[in-house]
Amino acid sequence: MKYLSKLHKILDSGQFAVTAEIGPPKHASVEGVKHHAHMMKDYVDATNITDCQTAIVRISSIATGVHVLGCGIEPIVQMTCRDRNRIAMQADILGAYCLGMRNMLCLSGDHQKFGNHPTSKNVYDVDSMQLIQSLRRMRDDKVFFSGEEIKEQEPRFFIGAVANPFADPFEYRIDRLEKKVEAGAQFIQTQCIFDMERFERFMEKVRERGIDQRVHILAGLTPLKSWRAAKYMQSNVSGMIVPDSIVERLKSAEDPKKEGVDLCIEQIKYVKEKVKGVHGVHVMAIAWEEIVPEIVERSGLYPRPQVDPSELE
Amino acid sequence: MIIAQQKPLKDIAALISDCKKVLLVGCAGCVTVCLAGGEKETEIMASSLRMMREVEGKPLQTVTYTATRQCDPEYIPPMDEMVKDVDAIISLACGVGVQYMAERYTDKWLIPALDTKFIGGSTVHGEWVEKCGLCGECILHKTGGICPIIRCSKSILNGPCGGSQYGKCEISKDVDCAWQLIYDKMKALGKLDKLMEIQPPKDWSKSRDGGPRKAVREDVMIG
Amino acid sequence: MTCTGNVDHRVLLNAFEEGADGVYVAGCMEGDCHFLKGNIRARKRVNAVKKILDEIGIGGERLEMYNLSSAQGGRFAEIANEMAAKITALGPSPLNKARSGNGCCGCSKEGEAK
Repeated sequence: MKYLSKLHKILDSGQFAVTAEIGPPKHASVEGVKHHAHMMKDYVDATNITDCQTAIVRISSIATGVHVLGCGIEPIVQMTCRDRNRIAMQADILGAYCLGMRNMLCLSGDHQKFGNHPTSKNVYDVDSMQLIQSLRRMRDDKVFFSGEEIKEQEPRFFIGAVANPFADPFEYRIDRLEKKVEAGAQFIQTQCIFDMERFERFMEKVRERGIDQRVHILAGLTPLKSWRAAKYMQSNVSGMIVPDSIVERLKSAEDPKKEGVDLCIEQIKYVKEKVKGVHGVHVMAIAWEEIVPEIVERSGLYPRPQVDPSELE
Repeated sequence: MIIAQQKPLKDIAALISDCKKVLLVGCAGCVTVCLAGGEKETEIMASSLRMMREVEGKPLQTVTYTATRQCDPEYIPPMDEMVKDVDAIISLACGVGVQYMAERYTDKWLIPALDTKFIGGSTVHGEWVEKCGLCGECILHKTGGICPIIRCSKSILNGPCGGSQYGKCEISKDVDCAWQLIYDKMKALGKLDKLMEIQPPKDWSKSRDGGPRKAVREDVMIG
Repeated sequence: MTCTGNVDHRVLLNAFEEGADGVYVAGCMEGDCHFLKGNIRARKRVNAVKKILDEIGIGGERLEMYNLSSAQGGRFAEIANEMAAKITALGPSPLNKARSGNGCCGCSKEGEAK
């Protein structure tokens, strides 16, 4: 059997995956991106490229993906539902595929109110669930969203989605995850975990329903630089839970950055060893991409597995 | 009903700065109910504009009238005589009424005194909220009577998104997460299994996106 | 009127348009309204009209609402004097000024002396 992507092969073969994140810049030069990509190359299996995160205009995920691919890392293109209607989405899906991308993460996208263009029109033609389903149908049934046949090469993506165990309603989050799996999601990246207890409760329910047997869940983790960063996330990001104990730990640390990195590594080791059903980690080192190699290495996840290109489609 | 709110008085005054006589027309329909453009509001506005202009040394003559509704052509002709010698007409109706007035009085400048905001209803006296998304294909039976098109900030049909926390939408603590409400309602109805069905992409051509819409009842059109 | 709750925005605006330099509304003490909330409604309406008066260049300070009980004869006189003094100090309303040809209508003592 041939795999859709390197990430697909690593996860399906039962290996613990490592993904990271690159945030494109607010200007038209990719020098910074290439620098980060080269730095992370041997420490990750694939890397997400955010899509105008927080509704702030940045280089598009696909354009950035081309450069990241050129640096030797497999990109995970992120596609939000906020900015494109289904016509533009499909055009971008076809485009991304022919440019060499093979992983796509489907998400709703932060409301434009948070970004630097709050007066823009809100698209949301389709939601993330419908995007997942349509992306799967493009690959498996060779049809466009409208049902019309794709006559030649269909886009074949390894499909990802997000899950947020820290948003409400809690019980329904597991249902919604299952719904995404039904729709075609093959891998899941969670929102950053700080409330480990809640994450464990979430995973318990996931295992009860056998969802971990049907989809690969990667635990989302973020190294914090300071107690202020922790506090900001606690108060200003909807859908995130940061326990006071974490804020305190960073506040009372002599070297907060070191403490933040240590905490992240502890969390990685914990989810890898103690939380059954977690198949990898997604390290979101926001504005701190340089720290990824150290985190991966000190977590005992280096070197990364090699994948023979002949195993891929 | 249609909910509208008055534009700032200064803005309206600026628009009629060159006028000597204006007609202010209120509407006894929706805008009376939402206290934006009824008879009372029309008279208050006329009085305020008169005094403002007198203080500036540029007196303004006003005539006021409140139509039964400005969105039915039959209620406009009674104003025919009134508009003859005015320099502009200020309509306190919603956007619909302003257009009907403009259509009949082709040689008069129509000024909207209101910003038409949304369709909705009242919560407590003095407060109105948006309720319906005007999507053209109602699915309220699938969502426990809560409109996901307009009450969810992202019009998600398979919600909630990851920004829903403590029952509130990520855009503001004052906005309830529609999907939390839908979930609670469907749970109470014992119909949570319905939420596991994947709702397909919406046909937006039935909404504003398909172009200006029309509704017809053939059986009452006598020709 | 039987209760300040009957006060309509239009009545207040009308008074100014007819030439009042100042207007005050006297209502019962809050909590003592015979009609329960009439004086509260009046307070809100008075505040709304004060805003309009500011916007149109008349000045919201020319309109005030006072709360007192019908037994407080002394307080009533006090308020009347307070309001009269305030309006005298403010001078004629800009509307009256405009009507008399923008000149000083001489209601301040210094103006008269000149």
